[in-house]
Amino acid sequence: MLEIRNLQAKAGDKLILRGIDLTVRAGEVHALMGPNGSGKSTLAQVLAGRELYEVVGGEVLFEGRNLLELSPEERAREGIFLAFQYPVEIPGVSNLYFLRAALNAVRKHRGLEELDVVDFAGLLRERLRLLGMNEALLERPVNEGFSGGEKKRNEILQMAVLAPRLAILDETDSGLDIDALKAVAAGINAMRSPERAMLVVTHYQRLLEYVRPDFVHVMAEGRIVRSGGKELALELERQGYAWLEEEAAPARAGQP
Amino acid sequence: MSTAIDQIQAWTEQDYKYGFETPIESEAVPPGLNEDIIRRISARKGEPEFLLQWRLRAYRHWLTLKEPTWANLKYPPIDYQSIVYYSAPKGWKGGPRSLEEVDPELIRTYQKLGVPLAEQERLAGVAVDAVFDSVSVATTFKEKLAELGIIFCSFSEAVREHPELVERYLGSVVPYTDNFFAALNSAVFSDGSFCYVPKGVRCPMELSTYFRINARDTGQFERTLIIAEPGSYVSYLEGCTAPIRDSNQLHAAVVELIAHDEAEIKYSTVQNWYPGDRQGRGGIYNFVTKRGKCLGRNSKISWTQLETGSAITWKYPSCLLIGDGSVGEFYSVAVTNNYQQADTGTKMIHIGRNTRSTIVSKGISAGRGQNSYRGMVKIQKSAQGARNFSQCDSLLLGNRCGAHTFPYLEVKNPTAQVEHEASVSRVGEEQIFYCRQRGLSSEDAVSLIVSGFTRQVIRELPMEFAVEAQKLLAVSLEGSVG
Repeated sequence: MLEIRNLQAKAGDKLILRGIDLTVRAGEVHALMGPNGSGKSTLAQVLAGRELYEVVGGEVLFEGRNLLELSPEERAREGIFLAFQYPVEIPGVSNLYFLRAALNAVRKHRGLEELDVVDFAGLLRERLRLLGMNEALLERPVNEGFSGGEKKRNEILQMAVLAPRLAILDETDSGLDIDALKAVAAGINAMRSPERAMLVVTHYQRLLEYVRPDFVHVMAEGRIVRSGGKELALELERQGYAWLEEEAAPARAGQP
Repeated sequence: MSTAIDQIQAWTEQDYKYGFETPIESEAVPPGLNEDIIRRISARKGEPEFLLQWRLRAYRHWLTLKEPTWANLKYPPIDYQSIVYYSAPKGWKGGPRSLEEVDPELIRTYQKLGVPLAEQERLAGVAVDAVFDSVSVATTFKEKLAELGIIFCSFSEAVREHPELVERYLGSVVPYTDNFFAALNSAVFSDGSFCYVPKGVRCPMELSTYFRINARDTGQFERTLIIAEPGSYVSYLEGCTAPIRDSNQLHAAVVELIAHDEAEIKYSTVQNWYPGDRQGRGGIYNFVTKRGKCLGRNSKISWTQLETGSAITWKYPSCLLIGDGSVGEFYSVAVTNNYQQADTGTKMIHIGRNTRSTIVSKGISAGRGQNSYRGMVKIQKSAQGARNFSQCDSLLLGNRCGAHTFPYLEVKNPTAQVEHEASVSRVGEEQIFYCRQRGLSSEDAVSLIVSGFTRQVIRELPMEFAVEAQKLLAVSLEGSVG
């Protein structure tokens, strides 16, 4: 589904991604771990098309198409969803309206009929039930005045409504207490499906106790330095990220 | 980042759709202002002596005044002697008795503007007075309203048919001594709308006036007077457009509202005068004095305005809260784009006991637009228990525009409660990216953000105008309301 080959990207003059290779197939859940500043979030944003970053090398194929030539909204409509680390507030716009506008933009792109208020309410109720969420957040403006946990749950709700092919979850576990974490994890698990791939970006192993990944990758200094199964996450938890310094050092030496 | 700003600019640079000119011959007085011109305007309208004398007193007073310079506006000096103060379609003799007498060209003009005057296509639930340059060309639903005792007609007709009401109320809220532009208007005003709602009557439809400036080098000086007798209610709307021209044109109007005991007046404006081009050439200079007097107990006056047009806007719809328990409201969205400048706000003068006022102002600046909120809240000694809440928010689109806030507060009664909140925000790349990541185009993203920002005000507009407002802001509000 997703093929990343030697992807390099800059923010301003600074090279942040220094050659990422990653293959994600339908139905798989990949965890992407690593210390702060290793480039995890940058990768997530580059895949979503954030224009703050400039791709300077490599390629990304999504369902066989060159992803990098698509605008952010085209990527979204093609089925790429990014759950933001810091969800953005849109004052005065109700969550309900925002969700329907987003879903209809995606449906229109796929040649489906746009949903009216009634049909949308039906779909929404079903998704809320699936996530075990109530309707309290719907009438409020998008993310405005939401607690940290509410913002993250709202991202999961958006994911559930938009039903993407590839969901990229950027530190969705950060800043959550244990109950909120469980709720968010349950939402993610509910969305796992053989047709859907997930890329879960996280700093801690904690989330992975609830969302079992098929693969774990560790990033350091803009590269994936280690890949493995879920046992790799446990190893990281025990040893911390310090040992990565050594793994990254030879790679750095090879850099011009 | 640059793309986000480009997108915002593309959104804000949508073309002015009302810039056409009606090919109709007009008869005007020569340019310039003197007592002779005023006598000619008055004579042409067949006015009673009291009105001519009032105009002349206003003119003589105007001569002693200087144009105000305190507003945060920059424009070259206005040459008052080069303006044409009266222009009417050729052969115009008073108001037409029926629509059959109205020049079809005028009916077509209003049709193009989306304001049907013809009997069979009238807007249901909206009575329209159509003002073209200096004259009112048609008023719809007049007879139906008359059955309820409601008078809704052009100002000229009111002068002829109801001189006692005009004489009693004209200048009672905005005297000609009030300010430079009010004095000028009082001297030369040509037409406008008049509305009288009798005791206990709830006006069953929206009353509206559609102002159109057409003739070149002509100023429009209209006057609107609305009187709500005890226990009555009326909702009034006005819309304004003008052709695209490369020279500036002056619009200096006066609006006076009077609400007696328990009466309520809701006054809404969608101001879309030609704003000038992207280089700042042309556009209407809009200098308007609007004021309402809450004369009676528990009376209420509510101003809602959407100001998107004009090169210069100078406008402060205000309330004099005289009756005990009276309520004043001001809801405003002002948009300045390209080289547009707006200095707008309100004055809430609390005089009676337990008077309340609410101010919600939303300024949106784009391009090189400059947007100033100027508001005064004055609590007089007599206003025991008065309360005010003010909220002024500014939204910046792009990085070459400006937002300014000038709040004035004067409290002379210690029991008063006054609250003021203000915020400035910029539509960020982050917000736009968030929306795009959910599948919305950048254009829709900006519309959505703007609609959210203005929602508090737009929902105060009557339905019929909310539609026009939505179109104007190029936003869809349907779902965010429900």
